[in-house]
Amino acid sequence: MSLILTEEQTMLRDSARDFLADKAPVMQLRQLRDSKDATGFSPDLWKQFAEMGFSGVLVPEEFGGMGLGHVEAGVVMEQIGHQLTCSPFLASSIAAVTTLRHAGTPEQQKTWLSRLASGELIATLAVDEKSKHQPTQISMRADTTASGFTLNGTKTFVLDGHVADLLIVAARSSGEIGDPKGITLFVVDAKASGVEIERTLMVDAHNAARITFKAVQVSTKDVLGRVDAGWATLSAALDCARTAAAAELLGLADEVFQRTVNYLKERKQFGRTIGEFQGLQHRAAELYCELEITRSMVIHAQQQIDANADGASRTVSMAKARAGRTATLAVQEAVQMHGGMGMTDAFEIGFFMKRARVLQELFGDANFHLDQLARQHGY
Amino acid sequence: MNQTIEISEFRNNTRAWLEANCPTQMRKAMTSDDDTCWGGRKWKFASDAQKLWLERMAERGWTVPTWPKEYGGGGLTGAEAKVLAQEMASLGCRPPVVSFGIWMLGPALLKFGTHEQKLEHLPKIARGEIRWCQGYSEPNAGSDLASLATRADDMGDHFIVNGQKIWTSYADECDWIFCLVRTDTAKKHTGISFVLFDMATPGASTRPIRLISGKSPFCETFFDNVRVEKRNLVGTLDAGWDVAKYLLMHERDIIGAIGEVSSTPSLSETAKSTVGLDALGRLSEFHLRSQIAEFELDEAAFRLTLQRVGDMAKASLAHPAMSSMLKYYGAELNKRRWELMASTGGSDALEWESKRSDQGQTARTWLRTKGNSIEGGTSEVQLNVIAKRILELPGA
Repeated sequence: MSLILTEEQTMLRDSARDFLADKAPVMQLRQLRDSKDATGFSPDLWKQFAEMGFSGVLVPEEFGGMGLGHVEAGVVMEQIGHQLTCSPFLASSIAAVTTLRHAGTPEQQKTWLSRLASGELIATLAVDEKSKHQPTQISMRADTTASGFTLNGTKTFVLDGHVADLLIVAARSSGEIGDPKGITLFVVDAKASGVEIERTLMVDAHNAARITFKAVQVSTKDVLGRVDAGWATLSAALDCARTAAAAELLGLADEVFQRTVNYLKERKQFGRTIGEFQGLQHRAAELYCELEITRSMVIHAQQQIDANADGASRTVSMAKARAGRTATLAVQEAVQMHGGMGMTDAFEIGFFMKRARVLQELFGDANFHLDQLARQHGY
Repeated sequence: MNQTIEISEFRNNTRAWLEANCPTQMRKAMTSDDDTCWGGRKWKFASDAQKLWLERMAERGWTVPTWPKEYGGGGLTGAEAKVLAQEMASLGCRPPVVSFGIWMLGPALLKFGTHEQKLEHLPKIARGEIRWCQGYSEPNAGSDLASLATRADDMGDHFIVNGQKIWTSYADECDWIFCLVRTDTAKKHTGISFVLFDMATPGASTRPIRLISGKSPFCETFFDNVRVEKRNLVGTLDAGWDVAKYLLMHERDIIGAIGEVSSTPSLSETAKSTVGLDALGRLSEFHLRSQIAEFELDEAAFRLTLQRVGDMAKASLAHPAMSSMLKYYGAELNKRRWELMASTGGSDALEWESKRSDQGQTARTWLRTKGNSIEGGTSEVQLNVIAKRILELPGA
């Protein structure tokens, strides 16, 4: 399969790029941060996301979506990375949508997918419980009752958790901590009794929450997929979300790299443009290679997921690990090469560094995924 | 539609011909360097089958399928040549002959040579009769190749060449040399010419170079008043640098692909046997485990990049200097592979002259790969090219 975008995908990229550069540049993130905006993203922008069809990119056409795949979702994510746009796209349109598509009954899909595509409803996936991503370590309890289950436990780093209408929660209905078996997925109304949501302001000024479930009652029809057998769906959905995060990291890295190369051509010291110094030229050229090589891995992972290929999960781990590493290098080089200006809040480079750190951690950092890779290769 | 029918007919005919004409012995996987046929006056065929296979393929022009028929080629279109390569691969046919003549001089002559030069040299390359070497680097002209000092003095109807070349691969086994010589000492890049001459000409001599890895194909080459006829000048006088640049791009693609070679033993498999696994099935040395995982990730990403740059080139989206990226990263990656291979092998990988180490294969390869980032343009030169041509940074 060709590793470059098709004509249609290129058109989608161009339209996403123009739209986001116009409606949601880094300036908007700064305003949301400085005004301590309660929503944390622009509802107006989110409405336009839906009108452009973005929020339904992965939703089948029968439910009003575009019915496209992860290459297309990635194209949008990459442009989000360029502009650091705040929106529930990753949490709702990718993570939640893929979970529902993977395990939802026709009834559940009918109830939720069209409303997610239209953007009127926001959903998110609640997985992590500790500060590091370890999805098999889920300890939140789901105890059987006469009519369903009682949920008890705490979830953290829940994307857009403070604005979500719907929480897709992974809890342990049986088995020991560390066991992939015994995990069940539930669709929980964010306003249900016993759900306590604390918005956690993060370094990147994007949206996340810590959510406590105290004896939250759910019925059997709120179970997504089969009881005790939620791991396959959770893994598949996490892989989609990881691939999307990798695409955002790639877009972000590409943007800071371009800005840095431009700066090297403008900034003068010692009577010459600093881009003339070989010490900087070689570092810029190395970063260029890293970015190009990461780009190949990311599009390959997107295609593998779309093709439902064997070993797609391994490819996703490789894409997320490499994108995390490349973006980390890109933002560090960007700050260093911008000198004192790169350290100021007035300059935008710092926003990219902060976002890269969050995305690196999200759904498993490079160390987590290298470990996954080694395990899958039997060492 | 007609084209599709034609190509599928071509495929059927090609397969039938290969099945009938490729000796079974030439369909076995190559196991050592000796299985590669380089041709030339000094060549000793490893078997009758090797000789027969070369003759049969050369007769059809299929040793150089896309070259014009009048110059010994097969006159195939790109699509037909691809089919031929696919059918050869599916039957496991070995290449009938490989050479610098096919990879490098041929493309240069096709672009810059006169009709007479093409007629004289290309068919002999195609038939594997003349083996060529490349005279570029000199003791004082490595990365700064254009500072080369080997002189060709104009004697009216011929040149007299004096000087020394170094790193001339297989010079001691080759018949002719394509060589960069200085024809104008007052200028740098615009004072260089590209000439061809027979290595048997009086005054030309070679001496093999022994590398840190042991024996090597590299030689020093000396020219003491070597007579070169004027008709053997390729391109315009003093414009040999254009020919050289064109050729260097071919060389970088070849060396950049080194990182792609997969016949080497797997790092993780070697590590399993040398350091062992813990109770959870992980390599007992955790840091080595991480390094191997990182390497495998970067190797996979690099292979995909070779493919992606190919896809970009087909769609006319590739920057020509992306070959510098492939050369740079491929070379560094291969060095990393063998550094890890040495570390993974432990003391086994230190053995130099034992049968169980296959005469120090790991140690020698580890040492040899250190040259990957030097030959064909150093890593630093590739980074300069990327900075200047792709990133368009000033003054690079």
